[in-house]
Amino acid sequence: MRFRFLKSGSCGCVKTLSWQRSLVNGACFLVLVTFVILAFISTNALIAAETGSETEENGLVKFQIINLIHSKSIQHSLSGKPGNPKRGEALMVNRKKGNCIACHGLDVFAEKAKTKPNIYADMGEIGPSLNGIAGRYQEGELRLLLVDAKQIFPDTIMPAFYRIERFTRVDDPFLNKPILKPQEIEDILSFLMKQK
Amino acid sequence: MFLKMMKYRFAVSEFARYDRAGMVLCLLGLLFVAFGCLLISQDAAAADGRTKSVSPLDEKNPLSNLWSGFYYAKKETKAMQLDDFGNPGSFYVEEGAELWKKKVGAQGKSCASCHKDASVSMKEAGVRYPVYFAPLDRMINLEQRINLCRQDFQKEKKFEYETRELLALTAFVRAQSRGMPVRVKITGPAKPYYEKGKAFYYQRRGQLDMSCAHCHENNYGKSLRSNLLSQGHANGFPTYRLKWQKLGSLHRRFRGCNKQVRAKPYAYGSEAYVNLELYLNWRGSGLEVETPAVRN
Ligand code: HEC
Ligand code: HEC
Ligand code: HEC
Repeated sequence: MRFRFLKSGSCGCVKTLSWQRSLVNGACFLVLVTFVILAFISTNALIAAETGSETEENGLVKFQIINLIHSKSIQHSLSGKPGNPKRGEALMVNRKKGNCIACHGLDVFAEKAKTKPNIYADMGEIGPSLNGIAGRYQEGELRLLLVDAKQIFPDTIMPAFYRIERFTRVDDPFLNKPILKPQEIEDILSFLMKQK
Repeated sequence: MFLKMMKYRFAVSEFARYDRAGMVLCLLGLLFVAFGCLLISQDAAAADGRTKSVSPLDEKNPLSNLWSGFYYAKKETKAMQLDDFGNPGSFYVEEGAELWKKKVGAQGKSCASCHKDASVSMKEAGVRYPVYFAPLDRMINLEQRINLCRQDFQKEKKFEYETRELLALTAFVRAQSRGMPVRVKITGPAKPYYEKGKAFYYQRRGQLDMSCAHCHENNYGKSLRSNLLSQGHANGFPTYRLKWQKLGSLHRRFRGCNKQVRAKPYAYGSEAYVNLELYLNWRGSGLEVETPAVRN
């Protein structure tokens, strides 16, 4: 409707003087810009509404993957709360949870292995070392990497820690359950963000 | 007198000269023989997949160098396998030899009644199985072949998977092929089963979402927490696993590798696993049969 108005103004269907015409055109333009801005704000509000700790039908909390040309990420905390790095560290070495050290090395852990070998020893060498990982990735990118590493490395051996679909023959006790809970992802993430 | 002395000295020096030449020749000969022996022994070492890798029989194999699981086992584990008296799997082989001779069923037939000396009649079976079996129109593995003989010819109930008897007989039969390269047939009627086995191998599965290839093709030789990953070959099965504290079938290993990625395992002897067994033996074609192998 506004478009038609604008057009009619410029094509001269409404007979007016030229200064009057440009005034009408200018007003139309202003209205259009406000409309666009309003639309933008409202979608942003939509994005904001999708994050936080609301749950979806499949039982997982909602999150949105931001797909930019050079980086994919999840910007908002899955649990809506900050993580606890101490708990994150415990989850990373727990064989039943993150078990990150099955594949990744980290100097901080190698140091601790000297006094607590039963917890920190036997670090694997399948994946790259996590030393200085916070310098290589932004927080949102690391969050996505933990949620589903295949979004970044399609052929990777690294498990998707917060996904329940597109699997084959998951054994009954693990069916429809993500490996980690939202807060556990945030805990590990907060530990990784300290590895500068 | 002078002439005599000359003659004498000549004789001595002549003798010495011949002697030196002889010694040089002799040394040269020895060196030659030693070198030859070295070459031969190196050649022998080159073909086992335990100390030196083996080339796969089929050039389409995705692995260009085959390594037996032996190569990645711990030092003590290796020593245990090599020592026939210390190898805990050899007790099962001996038990299998007893069962081979044992007469059972109404007609009192033993395996030996029909197959006679296993070291002759069973020399090839361990390298060839699984094979296509027309009456059932599917692949059968050694365990299933043995049970067919038991049911059809001895008129006895089949041995269940992982029973001591079936493990012992399978180990005994396959041990007859020890040292011979695995060579399964994947052409002709076996072709579609090979394709199914291959698809199984590369399928991601379980909550951890990994295929066999993620561990055994892309990451062998690297450690996964406390485990050093091997190429995951079948050439040593049935295998004595220290963790199990007993001999176990290949399908038990499959179930373990499925469960460890939190995937639902298949049944022992299931078609899915027999096809996988065929595919895995093709990947390992060229490696020596090591039954009964010992692993960590
Ligand atoms: C089964 C092995 C495995 C496990 C378990 C695993 N990862 Fe990974 N991870 C990898 C591999 C392999 C890569 C390299 C990406 C690729 O596949 O090319 C990787 C990549 C990464 C990266 C990016 C590293 C970089 O330098 O680019 C981070 C960060 C990471 N993993 C963190 C974790 C955390 C945290 C955990 C535990 C919650 C974990 N991983 C569990 C195998 C694993
Ligand atoms: C998470 C990694 C992982 C995956 C995935 C995996 N395995 Fe394994 N597998 C292991 C480990 C660890 C061992 C014990 C050490 C070794 O021999 O590699 C093993 C051992 C084996 C062995 C025994 C090798 C020997 O010499 O005794 C076979 C056979 C095998 N795996 C087959 C498979 C098959 C088939 C699949 C796919 C269905 C599979 N594995 C998937 C980790 C894995
Ligand atoms: C009545 C005779 C008879 C008895 C008893 C018998 N078998 Fe057989 N077995 C056969 C025949 C016949 C075949 C070949 C079947 C065929 O090719 O379809 C065979 C095939 C086999 C094969 C496959 C050999 C190959 O190279 O393909 C194995 C292994 C085997 N038997 C093991 C056993 C064992 C172990 C026992 C004892 C539990 C046993 N058999 C008892 C007759 C017998």
